[in-house]
Amino acid sequence: MIFLRETWIVLVRSLRLSLRTPAWALLSLVQPLLYLALFGPLLERVVTATPDLPPGNTWQIFVPGLLVQLGLFGTAFVGFGIIAESRAGVIDRLHVTPAHRSALLLGRVLRDVLVLQVQAVLLVGAALPLGLRLRWQGALLAIVLVGLLGAAFASLSYAVALALKSEDALAPTLNGVTLPLLLLSGILLPMTIAPRWLRILSRANPLSHVVDAIRACFRDGPLTSDVLPGTAWTLALVLFGLLIGTRTFQRESA
Amino acid sequence: MIHACALRRTFSARSGPVEAVSGIDLDVGPGEIVGFLGPNGAGKTTTLRMLSTLLRPTSGRATVAGHDLLRDRWGVRRAIGYVAQGGTTHPDARAGEEIVDQARLHGLPKARAVPAAAGTLERLGLEGIGDRPCRSLSGGQRRRLDIALGIVHGPRLVFLDEPTTGLDPRARAKLWDHIRDLRGQGTTFVLTTHYLEEADALSDRVVVVDHGRIVASGTPRDLKRQVAGDAVTLVLSERTRAGEALRIAGSLDGASRPTADGGRIRFHVPASSTILPGLLRDLDSGGVDLDGVEVHRPTLDDVFRAFTGRSLHAGPQPDRATSGTSGTSGT
Repeated sequence: MIFLRETWIVLVRSLRLSLRTPAWALLSLVQPLLYLALFGPLLERVVTATPDLPPGNTWQIFVPGLLVQLGLFGTAFVGFGIIAESRAGVIDRLHVTPAHRSALLLGRVLRDVLVLQVQAVLLVGAALPLGLRLRWQGALLAIVLVGLLGAAFASLSYAVALALKSEDALAPTLNGVTLPLLLLSGILLPMTIAPRWLRILSRANPLSHVVDAIRACFRDGPLTSDVLPGTAWTLALVLFGLLIGTRTFQRESA
Repeated sequence: MIHACALRRTFSARSGPVEAVSGIDLDVGPGEIVGFLGPNGAGKTTTLRMLSTLLRPTSGRATVAGHDLLRDRWGVRRAIGYVAQGGTTHPDARAGEEIVDQARLHGLPKARAVPAAAGTLERLGLEGIGDRPCRSLSGGQRRRLDIALGIVHGPRLVFLDEPTTGLDPRARAKLWDHIRDLRGQGTTFVLTTHYLEEADALSDRVVVVDHGRIVASGTPRDLKRQVAGDAVTLVLSERTRAGEALRIAGSLDGASRPTADGGRIRFHVPASSTILPGLLRDLDSGGVDLDGVEVHRPTLDDVFRAFTGRSLHAGPQPDRATSGTSGTSGT
C-alpha cells in the first residue's frame, strides 16, 4: 500500500535525523532516571511507614508512574521540532508531494514511539537492580501501553505546534497541560493516600487509570481486570490524538 | 498548462479580513516562463501557493497541469514541482538524502529515485555534495538544491517563488541558465520576483501584480513599448524655475505630462534623441538653466509606475498576506 510506503519513508527520514542529534532523546530519559536514583530511596522509607498504599513493593508502585511520566514528557514536546521544520520550509515541501497527510504524521509519530520504547526498556532495566519485581508479560504490556500513550501525545503535540507555529506560544501551552495532568495521575505518590477531593479529581484524569493499569501489569501480569480501564483509555487517547493530528496536517495544505 | 479564473484569497487577521489576492485570471502555455512581478505584499506568493495546492482559494477555479485545482488536488501534486521562498531544506539532513526522499515521496520507486536524484544534482552543478549536511552548503548551492528538490520527479510545471533572492549576481546568472536549460527540455515555469532584471531577462511573459490584482501582462518588450518612450529627467539649477520648465516641457509634441520632484522635471517622450536639441534651446530662451539631463530607456519599473503611479521599490509595502494591518496603502 502506498500509504505504508510513504509512512516508512517519513519514519526512516525522521529516525536518521534523531540519531544524528541523540542529545534530545538522552535528555528526556535522564529525568526519570534521576527520579529513580534520587527520589526512589526516599519513597522506600515512606512506603514502609504509610498505610493505605496499593499492594506491591515500592518500585512496583513508583516505576509505573515514572513510565507514564516518560511517556508524557518524552513526547509532549516533539512539537518544537516541527515548528523548526516548518520554518525551514520542509513542511511545505513535503505537503506539495502527493503523499498522504496521515503518512506524514504517522511516520514522525512512529519515530517518537520507537525512541520512547527504547527509553522505557532502559528505565525498567535500571530499576531492576534497585529492587523492582515484575511479571515479564506484564512488563511487556506496560511498555506497549507507554508507547501508545506516547503516540497520542506526540500527535497532539504536532497538532498544537502546527496550529500555534510559535515556540513562545507552544511552551506555556504544553506546560500548562502536562503538569496538572501529571500531578493528578498519582505518579510520584499513589492517590490512595490523597484527601477525598484530590482523589476525585484524579479519577477524572485518564492518565491515572493508565498508571493504575501499568501498576497492575507489573504486579499481577497483563490478564487482570485492573488492566482494562487504563488500556481502554490509552486506546481512546491514541485514536483521539491521531485524528486531531491528521486533521491539522490536512489543513496545512488546504 | 494553467488556466485560472477569478482566483481570490482572503485571510482573516485580527483587524479584519485581508484580501491578499483579489481576482486573478491566468493562462500559461506549455514551455513558457511566466514571471509575476510586483512589490512585496502584492499577492504573488499567495497566488503561487494557491496554484500549488498549499492554500485553498477563497473563490475562483483553475486547471493546473490538466487537473482541476479544487477537485483533483492529488493529480495536481503529482504533476507539479514547487520551490518555496526562503529555503526548503532541513539543516541537519544530508543533501543526497533529502533529494532521494523527495523523489520517493513523489512516487518514484527507490530504484528510479536514486539515479534521478544523482542526475538532477549533476544538471544543477551540485555533483558530489550528496553527503554534506544542508547547512554546510553555500547560499547558492542551497538554493540550487531547493530547485533540485522541486524538479527531481520530472514535473512538467514548476513554480518558483523568488528563486534568486539572497544570491549574488553570479549565482543568480547561473541559476537563470539552468532554468533556461530546463525550459529547453520542455518544462514550464511560473516564477515570482521583485527583481526587474529577473522578470526582464528570464521571463517570456511578465504579469505585473499590485495589491492582489493583475495590472498588466505581456512580453517585457511589449510592456515597455506601452509606456510611451524614454524617460527624460531635467535637473534644474534653480528650483524656482520649475514652473516655467514644466510649461515648456509640457508643450512638447507627444510627451507625457511632466512631473516635478524638487529640482527634477520628469516626463516620457518617444524618440528623445530628436526632441532634445529643440527642448534645450526652448529652455534656454525661457531662462531655465540646467545642471544636467538624464535619459533612460524604459524599464519594467517604468511600466509598473505607468500602471500604478508608484515605483516598484517605493518603500516597504505592508505585507497584506501576513500582517493584516489596517490601513494598507491605497485603501
